[in-house]
Amino acid sequence: MLSTQGSTLTPSVQRFPFPFREDSYRYSTNVEPAPQFVSTDAGGWGDRLIEIDPHYRSELEERAAILDRDPSRIAMLAHMGPAVWDTITTLLPVLAADYPDVMSFTRERRRCHWRNDLLRLDINFVIGDASTLPMEPLRFIASQIQDDIALLDQREGALWLDAGVITFAADWSLGFDVGMRFLEVHGPVPRVHEEQIITRAQQFLMRLQPGEKYRRTNWTMTVDRRLDTSTETYPQWGPDRLEVVDDPELPKRLHLRVEVQHLIRLPQSGAILFLVRTHMISLAEISAVPAWRQRLGRVLAELPEDMADYKGISRYRDAAANWLLGG
Amino acid sequence: MTATAEASAPALHDALELVLADVTDQTPSIRSFTFRDPAGNGLPPYVPGSHVIVQCGDKANAYSLTGSGVLPDEYTISVLRVDDGGGGSATLHRLAPGARLTVSRPRSAFAPVATARHHLLIAAGIGITPMLSHMRAAAEWGHSASLLYSYRQGEGAHLDDVRELCGESLHECTDRSSFLAALAVRLGEQPLGTHLYVCGPQGFMDTVLHAASEAGWPASRLHSEPFGSADLDPGQPFSVRLSRSGTVVDVPSGTSLLEALEDSGLKVPFMCRQGVCGECVLPVLRGTPEHRDLYLSDAEKTANNSIMCCVSRSRDAGLEIDF
Repeated sequence: MLSTQGSTLTPSVQRFPFPFREDSYRYSTNVEPAPQFVSTDAGGWGDRLIEIDPHYRSELEERAAILDRDPSRIAMLAHMGPAVWDTITTLLPVLAADYPDVMSFTRERRRCHWRNDLLRLDINFVIGDASTLPMEPLRFIASQIQDDIALLDQREGALWLDAGVITFAADWSLGFDVGMRFLEVHGPVPRVHEEQIITRAQQFLMRLQPGEKYRRTNWTMTVDRRLDTSTETYPQWGPDRLEVVDDPELPKRLHLRVEVQHLIRLPQSGAILFLVRTHMISLAEISAVPAWRQRLGRVLAELPEDMADYKGISRYRDAAANWLLGG
Repeated sequence: MTATAEASAPALHDALELVLADVTDQTPSIRSFTFRDPAGNGLPPYVPGSHVIVQCGDKANAYSLTGSGVLPDEYTISVLRVDDGGGGSATLHRLAPGARLTVSRPRSAFAPVATARHHLLIAAGIGITPMLSHMRAAAEWGHSASLLYSYRQGEGAHLDDVRELCGESLHECTDRSSFLAALAVRLGEQPLGTHLYVCGPQGFMDTVLHAASEAGWPASRLHSEPFGSADLDPGQPFSVRLSRSGTVVDVPSGTSLLEALEDSGLKVPFMCRQGVCGECVLPVLRGTPEHRDLYLSDAEKTANNSIMCCVSRSRDAGLEIDF
């Protein structure tokens, strides 16, 4: 339901994918068909596969700078070429359909025309011919959407993380994980193995048919609005987690970080495209929506220690919960 | 290759309505059919080796698509007329261009392995159809592939296509002994990292897979066309008694318990509708569920006191649930 003060909330709060359906949180295989609109106490989200928001240009500039600085954030095993082209020919038409005022995509057999006014880009390219794009194909598609990209190949009864562009990771490393099985990638997550959650998720993904699109949310917290919390940059952001506890600015500095993850079976390569879009709002912004303030406070207060540790929020979660619950 | 599915196959929900644009005779008994979108739009792309389910009268049969799957403007299938079969192929053979048909979206169950160093394709008779798709895709992406094709003299479908596509990498056989000799040679001379794909009559596939296994090929490198495995089968009809209201709801074949409850105006919480998320679990009071979900643990399945109503059914004629 739209709350009465909905009109005074900023667009990023109105469109925020608030992930909690109850006052406590546990892992589950929480997948649902995408896209579909979900209404929240502040507005709603989810009616588009690719969400473009006011941070579009700045986040893409940040991604480009990260890739220039650290090429290990982009990786592709040799057999993933067709899957990357499949990603391009799947996502560009979706963007053009959802944002017709600023984007267009047309195709005549393999010759494509792509226009993106937001980036002042107008190019012709040929599917399968990397030399016709302004940069390598995987980096090109990552330069058009705010989402991080992972591509999973399916073989030997398993899924393998064989390509990706991950610049906005919530404390993991593509360079470390690339080439691993899906189950290995999720090895460090507590609880999910006893509960067979990852095994079930893999079974579900392997049964997806071409063109099928699902989504799920995941969440953690981040000090300041820092997108790049990858393992590689840990020395830059790790210490903030302790320092923020006694900072009077904590409600403005501490952000709820929600990933909207899309799971798409690509139609030509059969690879699974895994898009990870990161949204962040501060506790101060959350407090403008009383139902969210209370619910997040209760979730943080109740979260078991092992889950808080894995999410990296155990140092400040009591301080955050106390502030949210007004204690 | 073809396989019969039920007319109410789930794959035909959200199907395409296509027009038959072209009919070409491959052999006296094999005919190719080309479908297009009536409005001239492109069709959904597909993974090499995919099949579609075509509705013909009250029958629905699966047929391999023969293109590469890259951005197709048309779908082509080849159909062997089986006069004593279920009737689907004979019905198709009577169709003329201009006919409208219901065709499912492509479904992938025989995909090439992306990491293969080489693809060794082995086909007999109408089993050539998915191999044609694999060969076309390999040619488009520059992947290494070769084809061993066995057919009866005068009965070889798509010979011009495969000769042009494969060139030197094609080996044709028209009798069993020369095929077995060629197979033995091929199985012994492939580079490490080769994957083998076979499609044809069951006995032919068994022969190839057995010979490959004897020659030391690991099972993970062997692939045979498994039609129908991508879908759950429609299942037997059953009924459920809802204990709280005493209502009895019938669940026909091809309809899920969740759909039947929804059709009766009942609201069941759900998310994935694929037996994964656990949202639509219902308590079972009596009867034995046929568990087809990925959510319940083995112990929970054995206990038979809960059911994921989006995919699971009943082993008995009736179930009673706490709802």
